[in-house]
Amino acid sequence: MSQTFPIFKREFLGYFRSPVAYVFLVVFLVASVGLAFFLSGFYKANVASMESYFFWHPWLFLFLVPAAGMRLWSEERRSGTIELLFTLPVTTLEGVMGKFLAAWAFLTLAILLSFPLPLTLAYLGDPDWGVIANSYLGSILMAGAYLAVCSFMSALTKNQVVSFVLSVLVCFVLSLLGFSVFTDFLSGYLHLPVFLVDVISNFGFTTHFDAFSKGIIDPKDVMFFLSLMGFSLFLNVVVLER
Amino acid sequence: MIEVKGLVKTYGAKRAVDGISFEVRRGDILGFLGPNGAGKSTTMKMITGFLRPDAGQALVDGIDVVADPVAVKRKLGYLPESAPSYPEMTVEEFLGFIAEVRGFRATDARRAQVDRAIALTHLAPVRRQTIETLSKGYRQRVGFAQALLHDPPALVLDEPTDGLDPNQKNEVRTLIKGMAAQKAVILSTHILEEVEAICTRVIIISRGRVVADETPAQLQARQPGARLDAIFRSLTQSDL
Repeated sequence: MSQTFPIFKREFLGYFRSPVAYVFLVVFLVASVGLAFFLSGFYKANVASMESYFFWHPWLFLFLVPAAGMRLWSEERRSGTIELLFTLPVTTLEGVMGKFLAAWAFLTLAILLSFPLPLTLAYLGDPDWGVIANSYLGSILMAGAYLAVCSFMSALTKNQVVSFVLSVLVCFVLSLLGFSVFTDFLSGYLHLPVFLVDVISNFGFTTHFDAFSKGIIDPKDVMFFLSLMGFSLFLNVVVLER
Repeated sequence: MIEVKGLVKTYGAKRAVDGISFEVRRGDILGFLGPNGAGKSTTMKMITGFLRPDAGQALVDGIDVVADPVAVKRKLGYLPESAPSYPEMTVEEFLGFIAEVRGFRATDARRAQVDRAIALTHLAPVRRQTIETLSKGYRQRVGFAQALLHDPPALVLDEPTDGLDPNQKNEVRTLIKGMAAQKAVILSTHILEEVEAICTRVIIISRGRVVADETPAQLQARQPGARLDAIFRSLTQSDL
């Protein structure tokens, strides 16, 4: 995996060589903090917690992670640089990991740039740092899982719009699976047995993210996000080698 | 140095490359000719490990490209058609990235390789410019610099003079000729005068098959007195 690092470095710095990074960071911060302030009443709740900030993350990621991930491979395909990259002494896995980790590090940066929020909480009250740290961890893991799906989708096409739409669609289904509206529909209208509904809802993003935002690190949830990443990236490699 | 044995590649119902075999030794400059769509680029993509052949073998320095693609890629310099590169990077950043992937990790070693490649391809005036602001000729040279960076024993160049003005073409030819003594070079081209000017051997392919494999002099001797493009036309008539 020694070749992953130069690719990671090029890709990560590449975000800052174009306006993409700055536009994305500003939009992400305005949207995530704005939702917490104006829709969830960050101050009005009068509680020293970041729940109102993290609550929106699954829905925010649904659009913003595909926006960051749509160009990963489709851009390389369209411009022909994929031929350059894969005639350098690099394996497909090293290429996929380098680009994925760079994009994930970029998303992590976007999430961590909300740091004035917890600092404000510490100034105004006495927040539970364990819960906040956990929520950040959960959010970063969830962003990685969304991103791995987007990376796979972008390898399927050279058109970034197609890549974006496919990514939103797949991520939407994955977020929806855990929702009560959806599970009620499965058990109420389709009369699926309860164990099957449970299995399906277990694949939902929100189900696994909720535990983190309550301050619980369940190895099952960590494994869910990591294995989803692993599986998507494996498919990503397979598609590129085809 | 480069050995190709019975390569085959099929796209859907179309057989793009149909059993091509040849060999290139150190010191050879092989001109790879053929009409558009005859299978030149596909063959080169299989030699460089970008495409997997459906049948046959490509060996570089005795290593099978399918069995050990990374080892083959280390020994090859490849200029893909239309010289793709990352447009938002400067020439220096781009070549620095290539040097790092090519294993020159220490700052000094990396800078030495980049400087050497920049000097060879006369890129010094634009080294701090982003690639998207460069003219076609300069971009082609960036692609060339990238292929030469690690001083590879074998070079595969897909239309290296495409889009260049006559002076630049001449310069690239001089460069290739100057390096050829220690390297095996394959270059594809549409320009027949280029073959006369620098190639030590010519292969003409038509519909995925080799129709001629000889020296430029032997090619000329097929129809003494005729122009090379007339000979080319008669050999590739099945493509029309």
